[in-house]
Amino acid sequence: MQQARIEITHKDRELSISFFGEFNLYHINDCESQIKKYDLRTLDKITLDFLQTNSLDTAAALFLNRLQKDLSQRNINIKWLLENKEIEETLQLIRERKIESKNLPSHKKRTFLEYIGDATCKNYRGFLDFISFLGVLFYAKFSALLSWKNLRYKEIFYEMNESAIKALLIVAITSFLIGVVVAYQSAYQLKIYGANIFIVDMLGLSILRELSPLITAIIIAGRSGSAYTAQIGAMKITEELDAMRTMGFDPYLFLVIPRIVALMIAMPILIFISDVMALFGGMIISNIYLDISSSLFIERFSNVIAAKHFFVGIVKGPFFAFLIATIAIHRGLRVQNDTQSIGINTTKSVVESIFAVIVCDAIFSVFFTNLGI
Amino acid sequence: MQAIIEVRDLKTVFDTNVVHNGLNLTINEGEIYGLLGPSGCGKSTLLREMVMLQKFEGGDIKIFGKSLKRMSHKESQALCRRWGVLFQAGALFTSLNLYDNIALPLKEYTDLSENMIQDIVKFKLDIVGLKQDDAFLYPSQISGGMKKKASLARALSMDPKLLFLDEPTSGLDPISAREFDRLILKLRSLLGLSIVMVSHDLRSIYDTLDRLAVIDNKKIVYEGTLDMIHQEKSEFIQTFFKAAHE
Repeated sequence: MQQARIEITHKDRELSISFFGEFNLYHINDCESQIKKYDLRTLDKITLDFLQTNSLDTAAALFLNRLQKDLSQRNINIKWLLENKEIEETLQLIRERKIESKNLPSHKKRTFLEYIGDATCKNYRGFLDFISFLGVLFYAKFSALLSWKNLRYKEIFYEMNESAIKALLIVAITSFLIGVVVAYQSAYQLKIYGANIFIVDMLGLSILRELSPLITAIIIAGRSGSAYTAQIGAMKITEELDAMRTMGFDPYLFLVIPRIVALMIAMPILIFISDVMALFGGMIISNIYLDISSSLFIERFSNVIAAKHFFVGIVKGPFFAFLIATIAIHRGLRVQNDTQSIGINTTKSVVESIFAVIVCDAIFSVFFTNLGI
Repeated sequence: MQAIIEVRDLKTVFDTNVVHNGLNLTINEGEIYGLLGPSGCGKSTLLREMVMLQKFEGGDIKIFGKSLKRMSHKESQALCRRWGVLFQAGALFTSLNLYDNIALPLKEYTDLSENMIQDIVKFKLDIVGLKQDDAFLYPSQISGGMKKKASLARALSMDPKLLFLDEPTSGLDPISAREFDRLILKLRSLLGLSIVMVSHDLRSIYDTLDRLAVIDNKKIVYEGTLDMIHQEKSEFIQTFFKAAHE
């Protein structure tokens, strides 16, 4: 087959363009730029030679149509040298369609102010939507749970396994490392003052009360919260939720409440594991850097750390779990009918639930301090 | 007539399940060719193998005279631009509006100016029967029939000569389905397309197909025009075409 190319010859006030081979959408730009080199005002006749052309696609025909309109506006004569029937038909097809007289709808770009207003409004609506989600959850659904028979135990245990038991290892390792890091950083400072033994007080209080619940909540929000959003979002896109509703299964009872309950039960257990691992990490570092033997560490620990500190940490668990699960599920239910919105909502679900957990933790801090716990 | 697709002794195996064994067919240029068969017989698999979404075990498929078997990445990329595929559910990119869906391959693969791209998109919208006003709608905002048309427009955006359709009329109401059949016939004559389609829709089969192949039991049990099909003794053909015959 002939190599596709165009040849332009310029003579006096006449231009002749010959097309060789296949003229298709890959050659249009080249052709356009070659023609642009000539000053069209100095011309009064253009010959388009298709005698050597094998084929023409519709994009090329659109281009020629555009060229023709452009030239006729400038009162330049066009002479078509055309023998191939197929090419003529393609050109004819384009002419009949009168594409140039059809206009795309105007596509207004939004201004910055509009964008901010829209975003604010959307966020506000989203917040209201979340409140109403909580309302439905409490008023209509938890009341259905007054009877223990309505709880779906199978789903709850399944979710506990998926979102908590399977997260045990990562929670344990992360907590251990946090214990190591905190002990390591404070060991150096305490050594300066010769206050080696106080590392036990420090680790005990910070880990039991704050660090373990927060670390666990953050891991669970990132790991299980995001999974909830993606799962429920995908179910919404594939209309599984609608299918459940039409079959009389309430998605709240089948999907929402089991997840919330499962996470609320599992979270304190995870926090307990996290406590143990973080203190274990701290104990090892104290042994190595501060020469505090493990038996001394444990003895000191039982003397100075009251049980209430442990319970303060554990009590936070169900609250954090409730926040993570409700935000994640609500985000999942807000997924629109396109794939991108799963990604956006999953991101938001993680960010919002971590933020909510930290806010809740701050409230707890103030609350417990004022109560003197 | 020139063969545009040739399938020779094709063998496909999923784990231990043999889907095709010694399957042969030839699709000619300018034809509308149908792939039929009971569900699970591997029609869609065959279609996916033709467009290189799926590997086959043995035999060979030749498209435009090129064997798909040992093909470099570069060759297969070039080949992909010479055909268009319409998926069953449309598979439009949900994050892009219709205009951008159609313009995407043009923007990626060609150096066309924005004006030219706009002309091309307008033309494609027009030829598949969508209104210009729909150009900036997103796939989630349009009906099933419009989705099919829009994905057809996207499949046509690079002006391919070969079009693969996977159940083009499924999920459409009868009126839209007939309209879609007419559209396919019109496009074939306007643009000189060759079309390969998988279909279950009897009306659509009778209205559009030039030739067809029936796959059953891992092989082709019938290949040819619709006129002769009733004489075939295959159980599937007997039951499937009985309704139309009576």
